[in-house]
Amino acid sequence: MSHVNIEEKLFQNRYLVDAERPHIRIRQPSLCEKKCADQQCAVCCPAGCFTREGRKVTLITDGCLECGTCRIVCNVHRNLDWEYPRGGYGIQFKFG
Amino acid sequence: MIERFDAIVVGAGPAGNAATYTLAKSGLHVLQIERGETAGAKNVQGAILYADALERLIPEFRDEAPLERHIIEQRMWVMDDESYIGTHFRSDEFNKPPHNRYTIIRAKFDKWFSKKVREAGALVINETTVTELLRDDRGKVIGVRTDRAGGDLHADVVILADGVNSTLARKAGFRPEIEPKHVALAVKEIHFMPRDTIESRFNIHKGEGVVIEMLGKITQGMMGTGFLYTNGDSVSIGIGCMLSDLMAQKTTPYELLERMKAHPSIRPLIQGGEMKEYAAHLIPEGGYHAIPQVFGDGWLIAGDSGMFVNAVHREGSNLAMTTGRIAAETVAELFKAGQPMTAANLAEYRRRLDDSFVMKDLMKYKDLPDIFHANKQFLTTYPELLNRSAYTMLRVDGVDKLSKEREIFADFRDKRSLFGLLGDAFKLWRAFR
Ligand SMILES: Cc1cc2nc3c(=O)[nH]c(=O)nc-3n(C[C@H](O)[C@H](O)[C@H](O)COP(=O)(O)OP(=O)(O)OC[C@H]3O[C@@H](n4cnc5c(N)ncnc54)[C@H](O)[C@@H]3O)c2cc1C
Ligand code: SF4
Ligand code: SF4
Repeated sequence: MSHVNIEEKLFQNRYLVDAERPHIRIRQPSLCEKKCADQQCAVCCPAGCFTREGRKVTLITDGCLECGTCRIVCNVHRNLDWEYPRGGYGIQFKFG
Repeated sequence: MIERFDAIVVGAGPAGNAATYTLAKSGLHVLQIERGETAGAKNVQGAILYADALERLIPEFRDEAPLERHIIEQRMWVMDDESYIGTHFRSDEFNKPPHNRYTIIRAKFDKWFSKKVREAGALVINETTVTELLRDDRGKVIGVRTDRAGGDLHADVVILADGVNSTLARKAGFRPEIEPKHVALAVKEIHFMPRDTIESRFNIHKGEGVVIEMLGKITQGMMGTGFLYTNGDSVSIGIGCMLSDLMAQKTTPYELLERMKAHPSIRPLIQGGEMKEYAAHLIPEGGYHAIPQVFGDGWLIAGDSGMFVNAVHREGSNLAMTTGRIAAETVAELFKAGQPMTAANLAEYRRRLDDSFVMKDLMKYKDLPDIFHANKQFLTTYPELLNRSAYTMLRVDGVDKLSKEREIFADFRDKRSLFGLLGDAFKLWRAFR
């Protein structure tokens, strides 16, 4: 279901985006499209960073909450390079 | 010149702060590295602070720490779609200082704790991510590599307090990748409203707080819980479920949160509040069986990165502080005795943990996660039945009470055989014993 507007939630948060240096990367996009049946990253990410267009999966990490979920649920293909952002960048929780 | 430390601590959450504080107080030359802009900028908690673990480190914390409210009432709600049945426990005993539990806001609390760590004499650097552990040719950990230019730093021992994801322990092969059935994903929001509103809504005075823990239909059959905690001028509301269950049901956690916020018993409590932040974080809930190796040549693991969370009692930050403190005490004593930081010597850490409440409690509930995974009726059928029974008993409609009791009993038996009911009672009793 997509009735929850995740952008509206994320809009309240403070981020320092490390432009052009995403800290999470899909290793082989074709694997997502052709081999990954459930595409759990798109289901479980609490920030809606993975979007699907047909079977194509796109990752934009700007709203990432750095939780680690996508890495753990991608357990069939292990298709994500997952690092924390560079020191000081990324989500800056005001309350946490 | 290579800068050298007695010890390096990675992370400035409760585990890392407790460890660094203890090491600095023991006179060691200690460096702490945190990737956040400040301590707390990356951290998420409900959050309830249990006084005991912090009191052992900083006895006077109540005078200085940013505490929101002391908790005088605990509500446990078993939810159905339109209702809840629950227990409330409130006692004026909880108003007598020293108070035992507080609500906190982690970003503020961690910043305060970090200040205490600096005052104790530790060198603290923020905005720096440790990218890997440095090891010598025999595999002993001898320092860390950071994302700063020329960022290699050396020490006799490294304490990993880098939280549930522990990229460092994983890359070093100290710990396998986390299994989805061993972590819960929690999402949370904070809603601001005037203090008076909170105090009248929750029937409390200045400084007093209420916490509500919820289970049942709000998690749609998944293993998980919801919570609502009162802060000074805000309310924290969140819900978490096991990642394996979210995967199986193909559910996004924020949808659960939205539905929970719309529940007729919850909506009035947050009405009119201004939502100022949305957060998500994992909680290691695999329990005793999920705890990895926690020491080796030149390294120790404390807090969430060692999976030290008691999911049954919702304790994590206190286990983090306790494991951080014990790790540091072990290191400090070896130092004083002039002993090297070998795996054999650091094994003392695990022995001390086994003797502490940390391992004893985790051991006590070691089978509970499996029981809940295998018996979903605890999370769906029973909440529904309990709510329906209450409704049936309380509704005045001309049906006599004995017939109502029979109806309830039949209801239970329809949903679950008599043996099933007895079996469930036995399983629960054995797990909680
Ligand atoms: C929604 C929610 C509710 C909770 N409620 C409660 C509760 O009510 N009571 C309770 O006691 N516990 C609760 N917990 C659990 C509690 O939050 C954790 O157990 C506790 O925060 C663990 O502390 P830690 O220091 O081990 O890890 P963290 O607090 O996660 O700290 C790890 C630190 O390490 C830093 N770090 C990580 N990697 C690196 C790196 N490579 N380089 C530099 N720095 C790094 C991070 O930025 C972070 O500051 C809750 C957790 C959640 C998610
Ligand atoms: S789960 Fe992994 S393999 Fe599957 S779509 Fe997501 S990133 Fe690709
Ligand atoms: S780390 Fe969490 S928030 Fe970030 S992309 Fe992965 S699942 Fe989404």
